Amino acid sequence: MGAAQTRTENKYQDLAEKTGFSQEQIKNLHKRFQYLSGDEETISRDDLRKIPALANNPIRKQIIEAFFDKRNQHQDEVGSFQEIGFEQFLMVMSHFRPPTLKTTDEEREAMRREKLRFLFNMHDTDSDGTITLEEYRKVVEELLSKSGSIGQEAAKAIADAAMLEVASTNVPHMGPDDFYEGITFEHFEQILKGLEMESRMHIRFLDVDAPTMHCGKSKS
Amino acid sequence: NETTMWFRKLCHRNQTLVLEWLVETSHPTFFLSAWIINQSEAPPEPRPAPIGTHAEKANLPVFTMDYPRIQIPFEVTLWVLLASFAKIGFHVYHKITVWVPESCLLISIGLIVGAIMHSVNEEPPAVLTSNVFFLYMLPPIVLDSGYFMPTRPFFENIGTVLWFAVVGTLWNSIGIGMSLFAICQIEAFGVQDINLQENLLFASIISAVDPVAVLNVFEDVSVNEQLYIVVFGECLFNDAVTVVLYNMFNFVAEMPVVEPVDVFLGVARFFVVGLGGMGFGILFGFVAAFTTRFTSKVREIEPLFIFMYSYLAYLVAELFAISSIMAIVTCALTMKYYVEENVSQRSCTTIRHVVKMLGSISETLIFFFLGVVTITTEHEWNWGYILFTLLFAFVWRGLGVLVLTQIINPFRTIPFNLKDQFGLAYGGLRGAISFALAFTLPDNIGRRQLFITATIAIILFTVFLQGISIRPLIELINVRRTNRNLDTINAEIHCRLMEHTIAGIEDLCGQWSHFYWKDKFMKFNNRILRRILIRDSRAESSIVALYKKLELQNAMEILDTVSGDISAAPSIVSLYEEKKNAGKPKKMFLAADLRNMHDILSKNMYKIRQRVRSGIIWIIFLALLLFIYMFSLITQSNTVSHFFMHLYFCGLCCKLSGRT
Repeated sequence: MGAAQTRTENKYQDLAEKTGFSQEQIKNLHKRFQYLSGDEETISRDDLRKIPALANNPIRKQIIEAFFDKRNQHQDEVGSFQEIGFEQFLMVMSHFRPPTLKTTDEEREAMRREKLRFLFNMHDTDSDGTITLEEYRKVVEELLSKSGSIGQEAAKAIADAAMLEVASTNVPHMGPDDFYEGITFEHFEQILKGLEMESRMHIRFLDVDAPTMHCGKSKS
Repeated sequence: NETTMWFRKLCHRNQTLVLEWLVETSHPTFFLSAWIINQSEAPPEPRPAPIGTHAEKANLPVFTMDYPRIQIPFEVTLWVLLASFAKIGFHVYHKITVWVPESCLLISIGLIVGAIMHSVNEEPPAVLTSNVFFLYMLPPIVLDSGYFMPTRPFFENIGTVLWFAVVGTLWNSIGIGMSLFAICQIEAFGVQDINLQENLLFASIISAVDPVAVLNVFEDVSVNEQLYIVVFGECLFNDAVTVVLYNMFNFVAEMPVVEPVDVFLGVARFFVVGLGGMGFGILFGFVAAFTTRFTSKVREIEPLFIFMYSYLAYLVAELFAISSIMAIVTCALTMKYYVEENVSQRSCTTIRHVVKMLGSISETLIFFFLGVVTITTEHEWNWGYILFTLLFAFVWRGLGVLVLTQIINPFRTIPFNLKDQFGLAYGGLRGAISFALAFTLPDNIGRRQLFITATIAIILFTVFLQGISIRPLIELINVRRTNRNLDTINAEIHCRLMEHTIAGIEDLCGQWSHFYWKDKFMKFNNRILRRILIRDSRAESSIVALYKKLELQNAMEILDTVSGDISAAPSIVSLYEEKKNAGKPKKMFLAADLRNMHDILSKNMYKIRQRVRSGIIWIIFLALLLFIYMFSLITQSNTVSHFFMHLYFCGLCCKLSGRT
């Protein structure tokens, strides 16, 4: 028992250094991981699709896909996993850490870039490094899909307007025959410069052992 | 004719006697006479002898003057005009308004006018009574603040706001009160007759912060959202707390002995006052929203409902002596969201403009009066007391902010750093509320004049010194800024994307923050509230574009500037067309095709049930069941009532779980 304890603690130590979470947070997240995976070592897409609260989310697919996307693992690979382990789970979660008082300005910049990268990857499903009009349209459609009778036409029009905006902001002197390929990451950053992602896109990960929701089934 | 002339003369002596006589004798021409008398009251007898007529022969007066009749409205109008001219005057030289906040300028003008009045030995109009201030001047200011409060950051930071407002004000009041009481014990200052209750009363008056000037600076400098909203919210809610404390200490000051049960009652009263105010506000807000659902045929009076309902909320809260400020603020917050959907565009603009205008007038008048009153009242100056008050006000505010921030920072996702704390502490100006509260102190407080003088001194000091210096200081220490210009489609899309993502991830890891509650509320909102309160609660089938809004903005900007040449104005479409990329997108953006994407994106976080009709039928059905159930209760037929009760609850459960 004691040896197993220290082994997990060492593992947590590694993970804590890699992802920046505290030990307590990792423990809580591990509990959640075990609940989601049914006490197995890995999670598949179906496990995540089973979460009832997520069913109402319009971009559910993109979120679930983000967990299996290799690009979110900070390892310069492309493609996607079939199943992910706890470490990969944590890596994706680490995108949502909030800045603390001690975060320096460079760290904030890096955080912001990381979070913007996450959003960019959500758009860029074919991993070619640009968001084409089709991909953007798809996301906008999904976003508006749950809101009743917004037609596909309207979603398309909005996506078009958004692309135009990016184009006109980043490539101001395009000639009439130029073709705007797609939004690159630099343009993406540029257009979302003012949003202060690092302060807004975060989750408060609990330190204390708060009971997490178990949806009727109580385990362990 | 003769009769009416006779009546008229009699009326000038004693109108009521005549009418009584008429009624008693049931004179057949009573009504006619009464009416004529009323009409004939209109041109009064000339007061100063009219120019050019002789005393014996009463000719038709060509030129008459009756000043006392119009005196009060006339003077009020003149004051308002004067203050407004002052405001125009400030902006003539642009540099002034950048460095000197408007409140300073207004007080200066007030001081000048007061000096003039003093030198001609005239009294300022005695309109600044308690009633006038609290019933007429305060509501517009508070309505202005409440209506334009940015709701999203407010609810995200509501804990911090309430913490600073409530606990901070208590800390300040009690701290300053106790310290001043300690100072009073020192014989050298000669203020030993002020007891603890009076000190606490005075402390509660001067702990009301009113950072209007600071908020303007913050906006100009674009400080980060959290700091702005905490200062804003604190200003608003601590007014409520201060007024409660003031009334409490006022009451207590008259009591010879304070027992522990009184303290407990005080705390209980505080909760009653706060929550009661909010409850009333929400109630009136919903009623107002519901009313505007039916005003599509009477568009011209739509804004009236907003003002009447908010004012009503304020007055009803005053009736029950609960926090009217909370009532009107909550009313405005609740109402705004639904009303702006129901009313026409013009009414919406009118409402915003009028709210701003009324708030601006009230504030202007108050600062103006402050200046005038400073010169014209008799002051009782006491160096020791006043200087120590200043010192303690600073010290306790600074300490308070430090301590409270330390306690609340762990609970905040974006903690306040030292620079934010400095901004928070230094932004604690005193203003209108303190002035009014001091001025309306009851006469049985022994050292009333001293308190008034001290309050005025503090207000002048903080407004002038801190108000002028805060801008350079904020820029110097480089408080974290925020970029406000987020009116792009991309920003909007990605804000929503981010919010959905975060909500999803939170669901995924089972940990909730305010997104969870926001989401729950949005569901409740969409399912129930919007159906009842909004005329056309279906999600619009076409989207009003942010694009269209931008286009509209563009057009309005051109129209607003005097020298705009409309024919040469490019619309966004044509601008974009110039930079258009061939091939992608080929469609023209017909403004008619797109409608408010902004609204759609923000309101439709989760699926909206589209079946309005079935929804209404359900509501009618359930209401009918309820009615029958209650009727059967009255007629005391047990079996029937049980049956209908079961039916009702079954229906309710079915509806809530979504089955038809």
